[in-house]
Amino acid sequence: MDKELKHYTVSIYTENNIGLLNRISAIFQRRHINIESLNTSRSEIENVSRFTLVVDVTEDQIKKIIGQLERQVEVIKAYYHTDEETIYQVSAMFKIKSDLLFEERQIQNIIKDSSAKIVTVNKEFFVLEKSGRKNEIDQLHRELSAFGIMQFVRSGRIAVTKDELKITKMLSEAFKN
Amino acid sequence: MHFNKHCMKETQTLNTINKQAESTVRISGSEAVIRCLLEEGVDILYGYPGGAIMPVYDELYKYRDKIHHVLTRHEQGATHAAQGFARISGRVGVAMATSGPGATNLITGIADAQIDSTPMVCITGQVASHLLGSDAFQETDIVGISTPVTKWNHQITKASEIPEVMAKAFYIAKSGRPGPVLVDITKDAQFEEFDFKYKKCTGIRSYKPVPDIDISKLEAAADLINNAKKPMIVWGQGVILGGAEAELKAVLEKAGIPAAWTILGASAIPTSHPLNIGMVGMHGNYAPNLLTNECDVLIAIGMRFDDRVTGSLDTYAKQAKVIHFEIDPAEVDKNVKTDIAVLGDSKDSLTRLLPLLKENKHSEWLQKFKDLYKIEFDEVINDDIHPTKEGLTMGEVLKEINIQTKGEAAIVSDVGQHQMIACRYAEFNKTRSNITSGGLGTMGFGLPAAIGAKMAQPEREVISISGDGGYQMTIQELGTIFQTKAAVKVVVLNNDFLGMVRQWQQLFFDKRYASTEMTNPDFVTIAKGYYLNAKRVTKREELAEAVEEMIASKEAYFLEVCVEKEDNVFPMIPSGASVSEIRLK
Repeated sequence: MDKELKHYTVSIYTENNIGLLNRISAIFQRRHINIESLNTSRSEIENVSRFTLVVDVTEDQIKKIIGQLERQVEVIKAYYHTDEETIYQVSAMFKIKSDLLFEERQIQNIIKDSSAKIVTVNKEFFVLEKSGRKNEIDQLHRELSAFGIMQFVRSGRIAVTKDELKITKMLSEAFKN
Repeated sequence: MHFNKHCMKETQTLNTINKQAESTVRISGSEAVIRCLLEEGVDILYGYPGGAIMPVYDELYKYRDKIHHVLTRHEQGATHAAQGFARISGRVGVAMATSGPGATNLITGIADAQIDSTPMVCITGQVASHLLGSDAFQETDIVGISTPVTKWNHQITKASEIPEVMAKAFYIAKSGRPGPVLVDITKDAQFEEFDFKYKKCTGIRSYKPVPDIDISKLEAAADLINNAKKPMIVWGQGVILGGAEAELKAVLEKAGIPAAWTILGASAIPTSHPLNIGMVGMHGNYAPNLLTNECDVLIAIGMRFDDRVTGSLDTYAKQAKVIHFEIDPAEVDKNVKTDIAVLGDSKDSLTRLLPLLKENKHSEWLQKFKDLYKIEFDEVINDDIHPTKEGLTMGEVLKEINIQTKGEAAIVSDVGQHQMIACRYAEFNKTRSNITSGGLGTMGFGLPAAIGAKMAQPEREVISISGDGGYQMTIQELGTIFQTKAAVKVVVLNNDFLGMVRQWQQLFFDKRYASTEMTNPDFVTIAKGYYLNAKRVTKREELAEAVEEMIASKEAYFLEVCVEKEDNVFPMIPSGASVSEIRLK
C-alpha cells in the first residue's frame, strides 16, 4: 500500500562537502517530515560519505524524496529500505553512579541480561554501552531509570542492506567516462 | 547600446586570455573572478556594489571595455534582469551583489530561477573568512539561506578555489535541467593573489545532467501514439530549454497531434500553427483543458504537471495513458502517474521518436478542439479583444500590440491578470518570446526581466507588460532603463486594483476587497521623471495610435493604459477543481 506510513531507512552516498547536510535536510523539511534519526559517516568507498536517516513516510512520499535527493549535484546515489531489508543498529551510552553498582545487586543482573558493556568505571560513575535495536535500548533505559541515570545518549540508526548496492560499480563507471 | 560594440573585440580578448590560461598568471582572486566570467563568454552582468564585493568591482572597472556591468536599482532587479537575459538567449545570466542585504535581496530572483529552471550564476561578496560566524557587519549566511532555492551553491574562502568553483558554477547552471547557482566569496579570498589557470568543467562524478534514453521506452511510447485515436500533446519549457522546437513541430505534424502548451512553453511553436491548440491550466484555453479529460493518450513533453496546469489530480486525465518525456527523473510520477516515462533531453528524444511515428491526421479529433474554441471565442475572447463596453480591456491592448508587432516581439509579463491575458492573447512567431514568472509567480519580475532581455537581444522588440501592482514592486528599474538607454517598451495595464486577488475575492470571498484597491501615483509623471517618453491612454480611440507610437519609438517608451477596473479573466479553473470544471464566466 502506497499510502501506509512506514519506517524507512534512507542511505545517501555523497561527496563530502560543507553544506550538504543542510541541502539534504531541507528536502525533508519542506515536506514537513520529521527526521527520526540521522547518522553521517564515511562509506566503504574512499572520499564518499554515507548519510543514514530514518523517516516515517509513505512509499509514495519516499520515492519522490529519493528523486529530489538524487537531483542534488553532490548526491551520488540515494536508496530507501524497509526494516526487513536491512541489518540495523543503534548504540547508546548510560552514565550511572558507581555506588549503585555495589549497592543495588539488581543492576548487575540488568547489565548481564542486556549484554551491555561496561566501558569505564571510576569512583564516581561507570559508563555502560549498549548496541542493538532501539526497543532493546528503550528497555534497558526503563530498567535503569528506576535507579537513576546521570546521563543518557543514543546514536542515530546505522544500517547495511541485505541486498548489494551497486554504488561502487556505478562510481567506477562514472570515473571511466 | 555601447556594450555591443565590444562583441567583436571580445573574440580577440578571449583568444589572448586563452593563451594566457595555458600557463599560470599571478593575479588576485577578484581579477580571477572577472577572468573566469570572460572565459565563460560573459560580456554583461547585472549587479549592485557594496563593501564585501568592492575588490571585484574594482576589477570590473579595469575590465570595463570587455565586460559590461549594469547597475540595477535593487539587487532583486539584477536577478530578474539576469533571468530575462537567460530566458531570451539561452545563455547563463549573471548577477552580482555584496554580502548581507545585497545577498538576501537576490533570493526572490534565485527562487524564481530555480522553479522556472533558468540558468543563472549569482556571485556574492562575503565578510573576510576570519570574521565568518562572528555577526560581522553585513554578514549573513547566504549559502545557508540560498540552499533550498539553488541548484548548487558554494562558499569560497581561498583565491585558489575560484577557477574550479566558477567553472563548476557555469557548468551546473546550464547543463541538464538548468538552474541558479550561487558562489559566495570572502573578501580576503578576493584580495589574495594566486597562480591563475582556467579549465572549463566538463563533468562532475556525482552529477548526471542528462539521463540516457531507454530505447525500449521510446518504442513503447511510439506504439501508444501510433495506436491512439485521440492523442494530445502538452509541451512545456523543456522543449525550449532543449532547443527542440523544430523536432516538436516535426513530431506533431507527422503524427497530426493537437498540441497545447504550459505558460512557460509558450512560443515554442508559432501561435498560428494549425495544430497549436492553446494554453492549458487555470486560465488556459477551454478546449485543451476540457479535452485533457477526453484524450486517450496524453503526451507530456518537458513539463512538470504543475498544480496550476492539472487542477485536481484525482480527476486529471484518468482516462488517458500518460507518456512523459522528461530530463529530470525527480519529475516523473511526482504529480501525475505516467504509463511510460522517456527520460532524456527533449531534442534527442523527439529526434529519435520521429522515425518511429506513423503519419496521421486525427481530423475529427482536431475538429473538436476547433468547435470548443468557437465556444470560447463567442463567450470570452470576442468580448476581450473586440469589446463593445465603454471601458478598455487588457485583451484589446494585446490585440493592438499583436497588430503593431506582427508577432515578432518578445513579451515580458509580470504576474496577475495582465499576465494571463498577455499569455492568452499575445501572438508569437519565434521561440523564447514569452518571458514570465511561471512557477514562483513573482510580482515585480517583468520590468527588470525585460531590461535583461532587451540587452541580450537589442535588435528585438521587447515589451514589458505589467499591472499597476507588480510594476510598483520594481518601478525603480526605470532608473536602469534611463541610465543604460535600453529601449524597452513598458506597458502598464492599470486597473487600480491588485486585479487577480480582487477577482478571487469577488468569486470566492463574497466581494470583500481586503487590501486590493490601490491608490496609484501619476505613472506618466514618474516615467517622465526618469526622462522617458510617456503617454497615458484612457479612451479606446487613443489606443491604436499610442501603441503605434510606442512601437515606432527607437528609445524606451512608457505607456499606461487605464483599463476597466473590475474585469475578470476567464476561462478559469477554480483552485482545486477539475480541468473539466473550467468556467467560461
